[in-house]
Amino acid sequence: MSTPSGLSRRRFLKTSGALVVGFYVAPRSGLAAMQAPAAPPLPDPNAFLRIGEDESVTVILAHSEMGQGVWTALPMLVAEELGCDWAKVRAEEAPAAPVYAHPAFGMQMTGGSSSTYSELDRYRYAGAVAREMLIQAAAEQWKVDPSACRAEAGFVVSGDKRLSFGKLAAAAQKRTPPATVKLKDPKDWKIAGRPTKRLDSPEKVTGQAQFGMDVRLPGMLTALVARAPIFGGTVKGFRAEKAKAVPGVKAVVQVPSGVAVVGEHFWAAKLGRDALEIDWDPGPGADLDTQRLREEFRAAAGTPGTKAAAAGDVDAALKSAAKTVEAEYEVPYLAHAPMEPLNCTVRIGADGAEVWTGTQFQTMDQTVTAKIAGLKPEQVKIHTMFLGGGFGRRATPTSDFVSEAVQVAKAAGGAAPIKVVWTREDDIHGGYYRPMYVHRLRVGLGADGKPVAWRQTIVGQSILEGTPFAPMMIKNGIDDTSVEGVADSPYVKGTASHLVDLHSPKKTIPVLWLRSVGHSHTAFVMETFVDDLARAAGQEPLEYRRRLLSEHPRHLGVLNLAAEKAGWGRPLSGGRARGLAVHESFGSWMAQVAEVSVVSGRVRVHRVVCAVDCGICVNPAGVRAQVEGAVAFGLSAALHGELTFKDGRVQQSNFHDYPLLRLNEMPEVEVHIVPSSEKAGGIGEPGVPPVAPAVANAIFAATGQRLRRLPFRLA
Amino acid sequence: MKLNVNGKEYEAAAPDDMPLLWVLRDILGLTGTKFGCGMAQCGACTVHVDGQAVRSCVTPAASVQGHAVKTIEGLSAPGLSAIQRAWIEEDVVQCGYCQPGQIMAAAALLAARPHPSDADIDNAMSANLCRCGTYLRIRAAVRRAAELAGRTA
Repeated sequence: MSTPSGLSRRRFLKTSGALVVGFYVAPRSGLAAMQAPAAPPLPDPNAFLRIGEDESVTVILAHSEMGQGVWTALPMLVAEELGCDWAKVRAEEAPAAPVYAHPAFGMQMTGGSSSTYSELDRYRYAGAVAREMLIQAAAEQWKVDPSACRAEAGFVVSGDKRLSFGKLAAAAQKRTPPATVKLKDPKDWKIAGRPTKRLDSPEKVTGQAQFGMDVRLPGMLTALVARAPIFGGTVKGFRAEKAKAVPGVKAVVQVPSGVAVVGEHFWAAKLGRDALEIDWDPGPGADLDTQRLREEFRAAAGTPGTKAAAAGDVDAALKSAAKTVEAEYEVPYLAHAPMEPLNCTVRIGADGAEVWTGTQFQTMDQTVTAKIAGLKPEQVKIHTMFLGGGFGRRATPTSDFVSEAVQVAKAAGGAAPIKVVWTREDDIHGGYYRPMYVHRLRVGLGADGKPVAWRQTIVGQSILEGTPFAPMMIKNGIDDTSVEGVADSPYVKGTASHLVDLHSPKKTIPVLWLRSVGHSHTAFVMETFVDDLARAAGQEPLEYRRRLLSEHPRHLGVLNLAAEKAGWGRPLSGGRARGLAVHESFGSWMAQVAEVSVVSGRVRVHRVVCAVDCGICVNPAGVRAQVEGAVAFGLSAALHGELTFKDGRVQQSNFHDYPLLRLNEMPEVEVHIVPSSEKAGGIGEPGVPPVAPAVANAIFAATGQRLRRLPFRLA
Repeated sequence: MKLNVNGKEYEAAAPDDMPLLWVLRDILGLTGTKFGCGMAQCGACTVHVDGQAVRSCVTPAASVQGHAVKTIEGLSAPGLSAIQRAWIEEDVVQCGYCQPGQIMAAAALLAARPHPSDADIDNAMSANLCRCGTYLRIRAAVRRAAELAGRTA
């Protein structure tokens, strides 16, 4: 299919009894590609797969397993090219090292729904190069031409001769890697592209899977940190006597984020923390209040902001429009609330440090740990554990939960490893929320009902401002994560005169990306507003979208598929009504039709039919699981999720007042995948954005109530 | 205190008010039982005491002395239980953190009702949160586990 022009340097590492393949993929464009291929920087010792004498094939993962299924999908890519026995395939997390940098983002990380599509080439090449070396080793032994040999199901075969990969591994590792390898055409795939069950199930159903929370080391102590109850607050002073008197408490130390109580175990540390007496300086955020924020954001939405997208003369076009439609939307701050509360275990030694945690941001964590501990990054070993959910919370540009644990270990001194554990209350109070946003829209329709003027103002904190990502991802004052799904919307771009602008007010509240990032609010706004436009135009919502999206075949493809599978337009019984939404995000297209009933003011979502076009699909079983889960995640936000502030403090604290969707609220979900040979897109996130608008549109169809705030509160 | 966990007797040096969850995890080293909320809201810490599903995060360890405690580690010995096989066949897990609690809740349900109705499943399993949203597959796996157990009985 393609030749590995970017595969310019490879290193092969020897470990006892195992073949290890590693390589460096050079940039394919720009200056580096134009220079002689001689000088890419030598990567650190690295490996993407290991063949054991026991015939096991261990694939080493540059991305973290947080439920999204890289533990299965990346090994499928290797196995496809390697020609091994799938039953012998294992996976393990890579250490933190430059060679494991994300192919597009340049640092070791997991996010942006990119783990599988960004590794489509690198992991397949790893398998293909290893296969060629195994073939060479067998050909030499048999004195035949390598072209007379092939690899299948864990053996190299030539005529009636067969040798297993495990027996060939030692000889193969001495071979010179091939200058080029050819990858299979995806239409010839035997392993990839087929629905494949997860490789991590056995350890996860027996309690053996090791999450960061499960790390146990000799002499390890556990710490809880008392953090400022108001963001930006600081410790004025504290009295530790009562805390130190709690049996099992070993130390009380001040750290930049607060005061840490170190105990023999969680319970001692928790009781110790409860007994701490701290005087806080509340800082500038003491009067933070959701009602005031709302008023401030709404006022800002009525004033011009920084331009994110503009064309034509929108004011003139609005004046001459046949009809105008206006609306205002609001979404709240949200906590990620992964089931595994944050935690991080740190051991600082004389000549290095070790970190055990579930993280999406290894490179950041390594850098930050080194800085605090006074070490070089290569002296910091990061052990990536299973993540008990991430959803973006374990991808903090500040490495907040890792840096804090390093500070605690440093302040406590001594050689004992220390595990910092967050309680659920710490998690809900801990910041790094999806920001609150207000959107104001004014759209003019022409005589044919199509928009002729689109004016939209967005107000909400910038996620990226002040982070290392700012130079790359904030352009001309626009944080792309605040406007994605609007500034690039086909509805907006397809309107001759449009203006999208942005206000990014600065607040003390730490904010962060949450599964689907900006699309988590923009799809809600756009897809409910387009329903309003359809009504204003006197047109049926599906037909109206077809007209507006007539030049967007992948939008149309999923829209039509979802509508067909859902029986759009056919009568429903039992007080049910349908709503639909379509949205592109992370390189994939998703349409959803929700069936909803409203009884005694209570919204019940019965069924969600999803159609997805994610291009080339590596594991259809994983795609289905991700979309099902995304529906649940989207429903949690649409039906329940809301954080509010009063007197500077977050008013919610645990699952009783920050509820998540429960099993009895889970609708039936159908997932239909559009067969495609287009470039692969992401799948972890694209299922989330259409959920809230599809349900909101169904609620409107059922009740006539147009809900423009999340979570839904019926009148 | 003396505890019987998964058929084994343990002597644990722990304060009486220490929740069973933390005795299991931090003293006995049985980390399959998870901490999720600390206030019986999420079910990640579900274990069995004399066959009943309880939230170990709010159960003082001292109160279960003289009773049989079973954790996820004890469910699978020897070999996988029908429930765990069903969980694998239905490809339930995603991040997997809540799943020991889900499986222990399902095991208690199936022990009480070997052929649960859909309503039984919803009632028994709605106290266990899953942030990844694997609920559909949990429902399917409980039904399949009932079938598997029926077949081998």
